[in-house]
Amino acid sequence: MNGVLTIYRKEMEDHFSSMRFLLITMLIFMVGVIIASLSGMSVRDELKGMAKPDFIFLLLFTSTGKLFSFVQFIGFFGPLIGIILGFDAINRERSGRTLSKLVAQPIYRDAIINGKFLAGVTMITILMVSLILIIAGLGIRLIGVVPGADEIWRLLIYLVLSILYISFWLGVAILFSVVFRSTATSALAALALWIGLSFFVGLGGSLLADAISPIKDTADIAEAQEAFIKNANVQRVASLISPATLYGDATSTILDPLRKTPRSFILMGPLERLSLSRFQNPLPLSQSIVIVMPFMVSLVSITFLFFAICYAVFMRQEIRST
Amino acid sequence: MEAKTVIQLENLTKRYGRQAAVSNLNLEVKEGEIFGFLGPNGAGKTTTMLMILGLTEPTSGKVRVFDLNPTREGMKVKQMIGYLPENVGFYDDMDARGNLRYIARLNGIPDNISDGRIESLLNDMDLAKEADKKVGGYSKGMKQRLGIAEVLLKEPKIAFLDEPTIGLDPDGTNKMLDLIRSLSRERKMTIFFSSHLLDQVQRISDRVGIMIAGNLVAAGPLAELAERGLGLKEGESYTLEEIYMKYFKEA
Repeated sequence: MNGVLTIYRKEMEDHFSSMRFLLITMLIFMVGVIIASLSGMSVRDELKGMAKPDFIFLLLFTSTGKLFSFVQFIGFFGPLIGIILGFDAINRERSGRTLSKLVAQPIYRDAIINGKFLAGVTMITILMVSLILIIAGLGIRLIGVVPGADEIWRLLIYLVLSILYISFWLGVAILFSVVFRSTATSALAALALWIGLSFFVGLGGSLLADAISPIKDTADIAEAQEAFIKNANVQRVASLISPATLYGDATSTILDPLRKTPRSFILMGPLERLSLSRFQNPLPLSQSIVIVMPFMVSLVSITFLFFAICYAVFMRQEIRST
Repeated sequence: MEAKTVIQLENLTKRYGRQAAVSNLNLEVKEGEIFGFLGPNGAGKTTTMLMILGLTEPTSGKVRVFDLNPTREGMKVKQMIGYLPENVGFYDDMDARGNLRYIARLNGIPDNISDGRIESLLNDMDLAKEADKKVGGYSKGMKQRLGIAEVLLKEPKIAFLDEPTIGLDPDGTNKMLDLIRSLSRERKMTIFFSSHLLDQVQRISDRVGIMIAGNLVAAGPLAELAERGLGLKEGESYTLEEIYMKYFKEA
């Protein structure tokens, strides 16, 4: 335990004093606050003179306003926070020739990655909590509504989901920092995976679906329908491999109780937003949680999977100074 | 009284793929002695040290340190030994105290005890004046001395120094050798150090081991090696270089 705590403390000090963390924090805060205030202002303008709808406070986070919503922004750039916090965790020690010294101290070798991972998760938590609090405060001033208990719970679940999701990327980045000796390579590998999982899983899913169960062009309507549904199902299951899909679907379900489909905000076009895929009345919190739970569990298990791989690789790795 | 054996290696072998980095190494090191490990670059000196430290698993053979197995009982072994890697690195954006403090904490030494040790080590290593400067700006010699300070911080029973004089100027080298000798004499520490520079090893070692291409070709007190290798009688003069070249040619 002593080893984990000592490394955790040093990593926290490093994070707080690093220029890198300062820059990413400033960037995220600036963009986050600007987006949320734009959303807040557009919500205020649109609702002028109308009765206030349910969950107006959540609109601060989900309404796209003039640019894109805060939730979209974190869904897209959140992974970058995790990657920046972890991409050089181990190979920096290696290139600084401190790793062989570190493993010669009387600590268990896993204490090194555990301490680094925990420090990263703490930084992510601090960043997300303060960001959401700032936006909430801003929103109370802008639209003059105080969030209800239901909304606060939903925001809390959103917070947990976001921390989990960004931690997943932290785990990926640390794994790459174990596998690759050069910090540039590990950063690039993590970025490539991020882009791949964010953009191309949907594409890959539809290719896979077309290969496994192609949409038939028959006269029989029932048969064609069945094939179409099957195709859509395969596509959906395939896209669930990506944590980006899991996170996107889970956050949109929890933050927009009026939506019928759990599909992500990020993929949603303006037409769909106006279409009939919305409930008349909001889904109760308990039902939203029931829908979100499997996503959350998958996210946790994928994170643990990556961390376990990282652990296994690091424990077997040959530590040499040269 | 016969000194206790602290390191014992039996048929120690390490292979990387088909190539043997160390093969069938048999060696004993007694408590309190300075053992100089000699050999050209790539002879397997560092690999042997890493196996004794439990950082690399031997392919076959046995390592005992204080009668413990470093692979299985790594924590106990690491508490008793200090290791200075070749070309050791530091956290460049911290000062000397910060670096030492971190190592002390990793060793579970409470801050109130390490405070005193750090100050006296900084004095001993002639680093007290520069202790508040960031280590990134240190010269090679200062870094080497800081590395020794990190090793001594935990008050180890055995110190492993991998090429402690590499990259030092002649003055720095002399100081380092004097320091190593005084550690052994004053603190009764066992010292296991490697070098590829013959005269240095000759100057301070009680015993030497000569390693060539993964094989320990000779080990023992210098005088004994001279007698055996060169066929010299007692009292005749020799240098380690002659002995070394003799074994090197044979190998």
